[in-house]
Amino acid sequence: MNFQFSSESIELISKIIKRYPEGRQKSALIPVLHIAQAENHGWLTTEIMNQVAEMLQIQPIEVYEVATFYSMFSLKPVGKCIIEICMTGPCCLSGAEELLAYLESKLGIKAGETTPDGMITLKKVECLAACGGAPVIKNGFNYYENMNFKKADLLLEKCTHESFTSHSNPYHQSL
Amino acid sequence: MKILLQNIDVPGIQNFEVYRRLGGYSAVEKALKTMVHSEVVKEVKDSGLRGRGGAGFPTGMKWFFIDHTTDKPKYMICNADEGEPGTFKDRYLMQHNPHLLVEGMILSSFAIESSTAYIYIRGELFSILHILEKAIGEAYANGFLGKNILGSGYSLDIYCHPGAGAYICGEETALIESLEGNRGNPRMKPPFPAVAGLYGCPTVVNNVETICNIPWIVNNSGAEFAKLGTDKSPGTKLISACGHIRYPGVYEIELGMPVNEFLYSNEYCGGIRDNHQLKAVIAGGSSVPVLPADLILRTPKGEPRLLSYESLSEGGFDSGTMLGSGGFIVMDETTCMVRQLLSYARFYYDESCGQCSPCREGTGWMEKILHRLENGRGRMKDIDLLASVAKNIEGNTICPLGDAAAWPVRSFIHHFRDEFEWHVNEPLACLNMHQVTV
Repeated sequence: MNFQFSSESIELISKIIKRYPEGRQKSALIPVLHIAQAENHGWLTTEIMNQVAEMLQIQPIEVYEVATFYSMFSLKPVGKCIIEICMTGPCCLSGAEELLAYLESKLGIKAGETTPDGMITLKKVECLAACGGAPVIKNGFNYYENMNFKKADLLLEKCTHESFTSHSNPYHQSL
Repeated sequence: MKILLQNIDVPGIQNFEVYRRLGGYSAVEKALKTMVHSEVVKEVKDSGLRGRGGAGFPTGMKWFFIDHTTDKPKYMICNADEGEPGTFKDRYLMQHNPHLLVEGMILSSFAIESSTAYIYIRGELFSILHILEKAIGEAYANGFLGKNILGSGYSLDIYCHPGAGAYICGEETALIESLEGNRGNPRMKPPFPAVAGLYGCPTVVNNVETICNIPWIVNNSGAEFAKLGTDKSPGTKLISACGHIRYPGVYEIELGMPVNEFLYSNEYCGGIRDNHQLKAVIAGGSSVPVLPADLILRTPKGEPRLLSYESLSEGGFDSGTMLGSGGFIVMDETTCMVRQLLSYARFYYDESCGQCSPCREGTGWMEKILHRLENGRGRMKDIDLLASVAKNIEGNTICPLGDAAAWPVRSFIHHFRDEFEWHVNEPLACLNMHQVTV
């Protein structure tokens, strides 16, 4: 498998690197990993991380360190859509556990798994800082607040659409 | 009195023209044309403004500590890595009034003589990052950013930088590490960021809400700001209220408002959800001690508890708490305190960066023990074991995440020990209670 950044992304990345002082291009690592992950269907391979290292003139280990530390980066394949459900205290007060159980039974998978057709990954996450709209689900870069079973059904329905994906380039305006 | 949310509902306030028409950027004009940087610092010092991210450190003092003796560049960083459970005020501010933050950033950067500033925003909030970048673009287009702003000779660039899902990056030195492209491992202090922060240069890191207060202070003076609120807690504060209340949301209150009024007035929380009673409140984000109903409404001395730094902390850790970030989590009588605590224990276990053993190991232990108790497999001695693990984390870590993980455990056991004992004594009943049904 050969990964290549789109020319559009290469241009964007060179702009991002300029936001940091000369010699501090490593600062662009997180933004670049976000872009790379979006271009590879939501996950990072060793090959991609090595390319990113080369691009930023740093050691591959420096990229691995970061990619394994932050919860938004995935090192294994994920579904076309990732349904991230917040499981921290305030969301639990408002029915997050019931919502998770509902989604698990509806999709026939446990949190952390992907449906066999590769459409949906169900993921438990910690506080999304939207506790006023608990329970909260994140899909792609969108928040869905005050969730209930009915709204969850609508979201699942949306996920079945071909063009609906969690892996669009986050720097593009239309998220 | 509103400083932060005054114009939040004005249609189009996200756009430069509307914000400007309502007096926006007048503080930048005033500062850049009539003040020197140290005068801005002095106003903020006089205002008594305390950091709104949770620690409550005086902002003017933080700025005053900036090392001006070095030739190195200085950096202003806005901490928009909001993630303290119960807290959702910064996102609200940035989403609805992004220019207020941009104006505050210009003033703060000018005050510490920084010509490059970053807004570090949590990676989940790319939609907000776009709103901010649009506002920043408008500020450039109108001459409030870039080279030689308003002909003053002062130049400033502001950039947004996303995180990627790590609560610890809200800690200022971890944030700096993350901005340098590293794991978010907090640094030992000293040196403090004011001396050696981003790229080893003098740096100030301030919370979104803190920075959004600066335009008002520059326009109206620090002395005027200090008249608001209480002596030790000047100004207003955003409180983000959630949990079992009728009207969850973000509210701006003048510091010193009685908790009772905030909780029961229809202007704010509107009371507990239908037919339920108040059981407990976590008043300042999940890291601060929980208080049962009687102690959140009244201090141990029997006086009304107020929403201020000093009133909330009255009674110390036994019967008081902290204002923290203003994340106000309300629980009614249906709440199982063991289960609620387990969710926070899981959170801190998940978010510990793993650098210090007491936190890395201890948060895992606490999660495991609570899981056992919660599932009816706990032993009576587990309760004291839990408290002792918390005690061994507290104060023994580089950054405050260890304390933040320990305090909820300590206070939940302290105030609701009977519920923990019930879980040990009635394992079957507790299993039944916790059956999640779809």
